[in-house]
Amino acid sequence: MDWLFFGEISLAGLAMGGLYALIALGFVIIYKATRVINFAIGEIMMFAAYLFLAFAGGMEMSPWVAVPLAVLGGALLGGVIEKTMIRPMLGESPIAVVMVTIGIASILVGLVELIWTADPQLLPSFLPRQPVFIGELYLAPKIAYGFLIGMAVLVIYLLYFRFSRGGVALRATASDQAAAYSMGINVRRVFNLAWVFGSLAASVAGILVAATGGLSPQFGIIGLSVLVVVIVGGLDSILGALVAGVFIGWLETVAGAYLGGEYRMPATFAVLAVILVFKPYGLFGTHEIERV
Amino acid sequence: MDAVLEIENIEVVYNKTVQVLRGLSLTVPRGAIVALLGSNGAGKSTTLKSVSGLLALEDGEVTAGDIRFKGQSLKNRPPEKLVREGLFHVMEGRRVFEDLTVEENLVAATYALSGREDARSRGYELVYDYFPRLRERRRQLAGYLSGGEQQMLALGRALIARPELIMLDEPSLGLAPLLVEEIFEIVARINREQGTAILLVEQNAAVSLAIASYGYIMENGKIVIDGPAEKLTANEDVREFYLGVGGQDGEARSYREIKHYKRRKRWLS
Ligand SMILES: Nc1ncnc2c1ncn2[C@@H]1O[C@H](COP(=O)(O)OP(=O)(O)OP(=O)(O)O)[C@@H](O)[C@H]1O
Ligand SMILES: [Mg+2]
Repeated sequence: MDWLFFGEISLAGLAMGGLYALIALGFVIIYKATRVINFAIGEIMMFAAYLFLAFAGGMEMSPWVAVPLAVLGGALLGGVIEKTMIRPMLGESPIAVVMVTIGIASILVGLVELIWTADPQLLPSFLPRQPVFIGELYLAPKIAYGFLIGMAVLVIYLLYFRFSRGGVALRATASDQAAAYSMGINVRRVFNLAWVFGSLAASVAGILVAATGGLSPQFGIIGLSVLVVVIVGGLDSILGALVAGVFIGWLETVAGAYLGGEYRMPATFAVLAVILVFKPYGLFGTHEIERV
Repeated sequence: MDAVLEIENIEVVYNKTVQVLRGLSLTVPRGAIVALLGSNGAGKSTTLKSVSGLLALEDGEVTAGDIRFKGQSLKNRPPEKLVREGLFHVMEGRRVFEDLTVEENLVAATYALSGREDARSRGYELVYDYFPRLRERRRQLAGYLSGGEQQMLALGRALIARPELIMLDEPSLGLAPLLVEEIFEIVARINREQGTAILLVEQNAAVSLAIASYGYIMENGKIVIDGPAEKLTANEDVREFYLGVGGQDGEARSYREIKHYKRRKRWLS
């Protein structure tokens, strides 16, 4: 066994896992606050990545402007989706709401194909290019810097939830909706903000992931891996999303490198199956999940 | 007009099918403690939810009648607005946020102050003065508090909101008698010192009427008897059926049954 190769692959996998964790965090924020399983999270991040392509590629904006604009676009998209399509479903069965998010996902794919065609595209590169070595291990700079940016965003989110007043409102709403109303918390607004900030986190990750591997209308499939991540972690657990994100990212990359790209997904699903047998609510989950 | 809350002939229906309130009326004067008593399923909690707007979350609806808070009709006002205007509902079962700390629970309640001029001072110290035990446990998760401490926290959140009316749903639920007395004393103190009106929903009639100035007794969705607390305490039927004093067999029977019983007696004689 070539330990150097294994080490480099693992490192890249862990870094990708960090970005998965960020997407998963976006998913979990929405789920915790609103109890909606958002199947469109992968497509929202795809949309943000295409926005970046349009701003930085087509319009030739500087990445310093294009990245924030694209991220804001993704966040706004999340907010609009919540307000126009999810909120009217309040009180409907969870399955119905899930179907709506699946519908939104395919609308977004169609929209993207319409505007940017179905062909794969490369994002203009915007991350530093000097190679990164950790000890003797080489790490592709795109992955390394993507990881760092992703982690910075993630840490900001965690600090916000833990220490800010808004974080308290979000956690209170997640813990007991009726009681949150009775405190004077505007729960509908919390729902909307959860979608905005969940989509924002996913958008950041989307642009960073697309920067390493390119972009196509199928890019949103990553959302499926992320779903595995959050189910493994326990749908409503932020810690679970982080740990599982890193783990699944590592597993996919290692499986892809040793067994071939077509084994990435089967490997993650095999792990999912095994974990659900032993821990039906995921590694860190607490609440019972609606059986689909 | 010096009522802070007026409920006039409301009818409430759940799921568009089950009628629970059938023409209920009551009034809470400013700064007063009013008790709303009744047995399980009478509709006490439903009454409070109709006022605070939380009814809609359970697919309930006020189909007739009117509710006025400080003289203004409450129809179609979202619950968080009402809280911000000074109407605080402490729900049945306390409903503390279990995975938040004690202090974070109080922080959550500061949302009640949104848009108010005096929103700057948050009043945590006031809460800790009323409930020193909460001060010791401020960094602890609320889920690990005892039942009594959780009730204190629920009252503490109400204090943070500086409301004009607190609606308290069964604060004595599941607490030992000594603790019930302690809590009710503090409720009376809050009313006296903060001038907050209190609508107190209870099954425990004795302790409630001890601190209330006026009482209503409800059954099956409407008020069956009401009066000043001393009068109610002295009323024989109330004594027998709600205070557990007197009575022949000590069996708990409802006020409606007394009426039937009396009517039957009248027929027989
Ligand atoms: N969400 C709901 N949907 C349908 N029916 C309900 C709902 N909530 C309460 N009810 C019914 O309304 C009636 C009154 O309930 P409510 O909770 O108001 O009674 P209560 O006087 O507070 O009783 P308790 O002392 O047990 O708390 C009960 O028959 C109950 O079954
Ligand atoms: Mg009740």
